[in-house]
Amino acid sequence: MPGDATSSCWSCGTMRATHFCSACGKVQPAVPVDYFAFFGFPRKLDLDTAALEKEFYALSRRLHPDVFAKAESPERAWSLEQSSMLNDAYRTLKDPIKRTEYLLRLEGVELEEQSKQATEKARVTGELKKQVVPPDLLEEVFELNMHLEEFRMQKKMGEDDPALLEGIGKAKLSLETKYDALFQELKADWDKWDRAVDGGTEEERRQIRDHMVDVLNRRNYIRNLVRDVNEAMEIL
Amino acid sequence: MASDYIVGIDLGTTNSLVAHMQREFPAVIPGEDGLNLVPSVVALDEKNQILVGNPARKYLIETPERTVYSIKRLMGRGVEDIQEELKFFPFRLADDLQPGEVLRIKMGERTYTPPEISAQVLRQLKRNAERFFGGPVTKAVITVPAYFNDAQRQATKDAGRIAGLDVLRLVNEPTAASLAYGLDKKKNGIVAVYDLGGGTFDISILKLHDGIFEVIATNGDTHLGGDDIDNLLIAIALDDIQGDLKLDVRRNGEAVQRIRKAVIEAKIALSSQPSARLDVELPGANRYQREITREAFEQVTDPVVQRTIAPCKQALKDAGLKPGQIDEVVLVGGSTRIPKVRQIVQDLFGRVPHTDLNPDEVVALGAAVQANILGGGSEITKEMLLLDVTPLSLGIEVAGGVTDKIILRNSTIPASATQYYTTQVDGQTNVAIHVLQGERELARDCRSLARFDLKGVPPMPAGMPRIEVKFLIDANGILQVSAREQRSGQEAQIAVQPSYGLTDEQVENMLLESFDYAEEDFRQRQVIEARREADTILMALAKGKKNEAWRDLTSDERRRIETLERALGAVQEGDDYQAIRKGIDALNQATMRLAELMMDSAVTTALKGKTMDETGLGEGPQAGHPVAKAEFE
Repeated sequence: MPGDATSSCWSCGTMRATHFCSACGKVQPAVPVDYFAFFGFPRKLDLDTAALEKEFYALSRRLHPDVFAKAESPERAWSLEQSSMLNDAYRTLKDPIKRTEYLLRLEGVELEEQSKQATEKARVTGELKKQVVPPDLLEEVFELNMHLEEFRMQKKMGEDDPALLEGIGKAKLSLETKYDALFQELKADWDKWDRAVDGGTEEERRQIRDHMVDVLNRRNYIRNLVRDVNEAMEIL
Repeated sequence: MASDYIVGIDLGTTNSLVAHMQREFPAVIPGEDGLNLVPSVVALDEKNQILVGNPARKYLIETPERTVYSIKRLMGRGVEDIQEELKFFPFRLADDLQPGEVLRIKMGERTYTPPEISAQVLRQLKRNAERFFGGPVTKAVITVPAYFNDAQRQATKDAGRIAGLDVLRLVNEPTAASLAYGLDKKKNGIVAVYDLGGGTFDISILKLHDGIFEVIATNGDTHLGGDDIDNLLIAIALDDIQGDLKLDVRRNGEAVQRIRKAVIEAKIALSSQPSARLDVELPGANRYQREITREAFEQVTDPVVQRTIAPCKQALKDAGLKPGQIDEVVLVGGSTRIPKVRQIVQDLFGRVPHTDLNPDEVVALGAAVQANILGGGSEITKEMLLLDVTPLSLGIEVAGGVTDKIILRNSTIPASATQYYTTQVDGQTNVAIHVLQGERELARDCRSLARFDLKGVPPMPAGMPRIEVKFLIDANGILQVSAREQRSGQEAQIAVQPSYGLTDEQVENMLLESFDYAEEDFRQRQVIEARREADTILMALAKGKKNEAWRDLTSDERRRIETLERALGAVQEGDDYQAIRKGIDALNQATMRLAELMMDSAVTTALKGKTMDETGLGEGPQAGHPVAKAEFE
């Protein structure tokens, strides 16, 4: 069972676990713990998602507001608070990218805003979006953007250049391959991180952290680029 | 206590139902007329009495200006987003409606908000359940379309409160249906529920896992259903009438309602027949007649049916699934009886959909299951748990009129998000927050849910306060907001201004108004029903006294019966329904032997070749049993 005894149970006064009193089983007010701790997992990235799902279902059966429909009002409120935290935690941890981003944030890293929202915001407000082109992609991106611009122009004129289309298609394929490769790179980082959590130095951890940030930024950058291509070519 | 009944209610666009858990299985509670469906129609009769359901239906044609149907379409909506509806539905808005005000609909000289009209339907269902249980019903689970937004959900909850119901939970209709289906099939797998009702369409994809019903994705359209099919057919009929008969009846409420009735009947017939005939009497001794083939029907209604496909594809995409990965498909809602709809679902998912449960009833049955779960569960439901999702993303407006999404659609609920706010001016004590719901990037394209005003922020230099605002979507899919200034630890007050919807105070007032009547209603109904039952038993007894069997009783027995008969007669006109009930029960007991003797003699007579009618026993529901046993336990 997850959780450490953090304080005493509101109902019976015994030391309680994170979600329920270990003695009387009553639901407890939520305590500010991180999502890993909520599930009683170590702060590691190569997470056993089957175990996570199992724990999610087990905790849902005990924390969901349905179970407290007839309980007194403070218990109902705690169950609502606890189960919303459970759902938020599960949603974050089950997704490999969200999980990594979450851990990095826990480690004090401010992730660059390259989300779709940030892009849209920039587009609407006309602000320049902070977006650094990864150096190794510079040439490729430059060429792709030129092609896309040309393509948009041609489309406006009602022209059609199969060679241009093919070029864009090839560039897109190459980006998608890189995108997949970056995920593999990230997974390799997970293993390094998880080992460093147990026995690494602070310096080692910092290096892995920085590398993960870099991988995520590049991955987001490519994702936005592919989306731009799809939008230009009207592929949903 | 009798007040512990929790019922499940399907508050539908066209029909509504109430159900409960009868031992191991859910069952629909019929109305006094013996019918399961209560049409969601509310009318004011000549004496300004409110009628609901079947009795209200005839007023659709007789006094359409005093009758309302499909009110669900207006729940939680503002005047600016119902312009499309007004083209097709005869809703008459109040003349003095102010912009930003909750809609009010005219019925005769009076006006009602949509939650008040829905509350009338709910009150009727409550009455049906109370009649069935013989005790007050105050708790309910009510279903809503999965794609209902916060305002529509809140309006439904308000309707429940106005009807005197404690709404323990709002459950999404397709999810409720899956509960009813999942009850006897303890299977694991992925299920898609396609729910096309009278006015709303939902698609939900669920993962079933050892009694946990986990919704993975949901999508839909809250203004798509059988109503839209009817409107297409009505439009064609109106064109025909203008073309062929040179008659414009568009403004004639009665004629339009006659046409509406006829096209609905034709639509239903076309689900089982290759063609149907429209035959409508019109003013001035005119008559509109037309034959519709199923082929023509399918052609006309195709655009409506096709509109269900995109939401299905989006839900599959959101769930990260291919159609082939869906194990079962379930059809819900009356409009899924249309063969073309079934065909489209089959083509989309590549499998024959389940239709074993009545598509009109399955949602109410599921609501009853959820009611049972909330009531503590039974042997069969104790392992069951519903994990639903929010259908739409929740966002807040940020600089530039952009929506910043903080809880994404298809997040399991309850779900929460925390945002931090600060001030822009020295000494600023108020911070305004605009909450939105929807998928679009710009705030103006999303649904405005509410404007929150954080008040009582301690005066500090600009940028110093750190106000933590917690947004929480509860298990009903309804937003709750709380705020705290972190530096001072002071709870910031939140003034909520719902963009559409009633304030708590308004609901409270409507509830109080109805509450005064609720208790009185219940008591009066009990009296009326007890009197009616007393009538039945006394009439049966009068008949029994003429029977030979009467003379076969001992004089003691006869005297005792007559004493009790007089006693019942004496309390019958009084207001004490319990006294009447007692009298009925006593008389029932005393006449038991008389009933048996009459049965025997009836059998003998029948054997002699006489008909039951000649014995004077063959009429009425109490045939062969002169003394009606009380229906109430």
